Amino acid sequence: MLFRIKGGNTKMAEMVANRITDIGPPKYDEMWPEIIKNNYGKWLHHEILEPGVLVHVAESGDKLYTVRCGATRLMTTHMVEDYCKIADEFCGGYFRFTTRNNVEFMVTSTEKLEGLKKALAAAGNMPIGGTGHSVTNIVHTQGWVHCHTPAIDASGPVKSVMDALFDYFTSMKLPAQVRIALACCLNMCGAVHCSDIAILGVHRKPPVIEHSHLDKMCEIPTTIASCPTAAIKPSKVDDFKSVAVNADRCMYCGNCYTMCPAMPLADADGDGIAIMVGGKVSNSKCMPKFSKLAIPYIPNEPPRWESTVKAITTILEAYVSGAKRYERIGEWIERIGWERFFDVTGFEFTKRHIDDYRFAATTWRTSTQFKW
Amino acid sequence: MAIKHPTPMLDELEKGPWPSFVTDIKRAAEAGKEACADLLGQLELSYNDKEGHWKHGGIVGVLGYGGGVIGRYSDVPNLFPGVEHFHTVRVNQPASKFYKTERLREIMDIWNRRGSSMLNMHGSTGDIILLGAFTEQLEPIFAELTQKGWDLGGSGSALRTPECCLGKARCEWACIDTQDICYNLTQEYQDEMHRPAWPYKFKFKISGCPNDCVASIARSDCSIIGTWRDDIRIDQAAVAAYAGGEIPARGGAMGQGVKLDVQKDVVELCPTGCMSYEGGKLAINNRECTRCMHCINLMPKALRPGTDTGATILVGAKAPILEGAQLSSVIIPFIKMEEPYDEFKEFVANTWDWWDENGKNRERIGETIQRLGLQSYLDALGFDPVPQMVKEPRSNPYFFYTEDEVPGGFDRDIEVFRKKHAR
Repeated sequence: MLFRIKGGNTKMAEMVANRITDIGPPKYDEMWPEIIKNNYGKWLHHEILEPGVLVHVAESGDKLYTVRCGATRLMTTHMVEDYCKIADEFCGGYFRFTTRNNVEFMVTSTEKLEGLKKALAAAGNMPIGGTGHSVTNIVHTQGWVHCHTPAIDASGPVKSVMDALFDYFTSMKLPAQVRIALACCLNMCGAVHCSDIAILGVHRKPPVIEHSHLDKMCEIPTTIASCPTAAIKPSKVDDFKSVAVNADRCMYCGNCYTMCPAMPLADADGDGIAIMVGGKVSNSKCMPKFSKLAIPYIPNEPPRWESTVKAITTILEAYVSGAKRYERIGEWIERIGWERFFDVTGFEFTKRHIDDYRFAATTWRTSTQFKW
Repeated sequence: MAIKHPTPMLDELEKGPWPSFVTDIKRAAEAGKEACADLLGQLELSYNDKEGHWKHGGIVGVLGYGGGVIGRYSDVPNLFPGVEHFHTVRVNQPASKFYKTERLREIMDIWNRRGSSMLNMHGSTGDIILLGAFTEQLEPIFAELTQKGWDLGGSGSALRTPECCLGKARCEWACIDTQDICYNLTQEYQDEMHRPAWPYKFKFKISGCPNDCVASIARSDCSIIGTWRDDIRIDQAAVAAYAGGEIPARGGAMGQGVKLDVQKDVVELCPTGCMSYEGGKLAINNRECTRCMHCINLMPKALRPGTDTGATILVGAKAPILEGAQLSSVIIPFIKMEEPYDEFKEFVANTWDWWDENGKNRERIGETIQRLGLQSYLDALGFDPVPQMVKEPRSNPYFFYTEDEVPGGFDRDIEVFRKKHAR
């Protein structure tokens, strides 16, 4: 890389001269424990010995025991150091994180496994579970802790929901695995759109426009082009070059705010949570599915988000009592029908449940086959 | 520095059995981190206001990189000076998120000295997310990270940090070397990751089998999903052991005592009906199998993917903004995916060329394909259409023909027409 430095900024010039760039991450095999180096690509089968504890058996006969623990995703270096200490003491200095923000410690013998489990239990903040037919950790975003477009907090609702579902994390008594995800706004960094249960932050008010600053902070053509429903047009307000929003066409996606900081959406009364259900990403049995709307709006209820927790508990309990073995939530709902889903959960069916966005017609019933 | 601000709302989140992020942040605040003390204060304010308190964006970064750092400023810095600047640094994670503690501590050490000591393990795209640095610390953090062999990930309209499942490291179902593919692509496309030059973001996610543990089909512009072309391997002795209850159902996913019903749970739930179980023997008509993984998931000791392995390449997944959610669509039904992955990289180059040429600002490739049609993209790739690319053929007859496809072309003489047909 070459950089052109203006003037005689020697400090900057030195910095550039010694600059290391574009090296990428450390190579993967540097991070493997010995047993993985020895058995890479040669695993035969696995078994879940108890909730949170797996054994993988290799062609060589080697056995690798894994203990999975729930983690907070948002953590401090202190917490990482706690994990490192456990890994140093029991796992030869290696451990890993899962794609759902669990932590996994791996050992090669049942003796070490027992010691590891005791140490994790003693730690008090490293619950073992999240395997098989369980609710595993909630994939989530930043919320009020760090994001600039959130409609809800992320870590708080996740903590509240996982407290309520803790028994489903530490056991494997569900009909199938249940994947919950949270995204704090419609950008969906948390990829909630294909989850068994999705907690989604939504806005309900069009952006408030700061006419006195919009022209200074935003490119007006880009801002207009950013609206997927063409609700934004140029407008002159009090001699300021600005924009106007047609509130009837706004669906509060926040894309304009991403392009233009002078159009914030956040609002204590407007913002809240939508609950969606029935999505999955796996190709197992049925094809991957999108999550569908179960509840259009729940107000923000910090600090414990009671209505959201109650809604999710209701869905999960209805699923447990109604689903057949190996049925994911989406498969269960499709079998019983959405009429029955609203019956068994007691959730109200409203006009918001009828799609009026893109491809809406593909979701309307084009048959006389339905249930009373 | 200890706890600076009362946090009665957040204190409620210290109750209950799930690990508490509040307790953890308090620990760092008590150890002297002003950023953590003030973050708790600002978060408590958000819990009272029911609105966030971070300003919109902010252009910060490290020299020569267009991405990897996301600017963040408090909108109440007078109340919480420790988080006045709270920039995010994305650090490219090692494939599959395995860590050697001494290497992970290199990052923690830098972050303790120069940052807030708060982080995400990991961000939704996969990076290690260091949360909360002041602007003047960004260059030193970058210099120290690279000195230790760590680099930044992607942000902005760039290639985002590729991510993969754990693959051959610990999974018997991995049909491709997910970690090597992830590392190889990450290294190959460093420039595309660090210097945003596209209409919008582009993501690769690599899963070793159709179970798709990194949600590649839902979350990546290009999904690489391991699969196989030959027959599922069967160990009939293990099938008998499942039937007899000696091996628990689904590898113990419902507990050790749960017995598998081979007929009901495996054969009857097969989506293609390509299996039968007679006289204690399991038979699979592999030609009719769609490799969904259900039977293999249920009997990991008895069934394994075949040995002629490779990947299916799908393109175009995204969350709903703006045109609605899309899953990836099949573009290459099967590719061997062997190092150095030249065939795949040629496909990627052609894909990016087409998207660069045709994509609008902030349009994901899935949306460009939706706007211009899958055929236009396939034409650009030079790929022949195959039934594997669609769920079903179209139910309308409104084809677009090019002039050279129809005898005589589109030009006709109205006078000639009128000689036969009165006005």
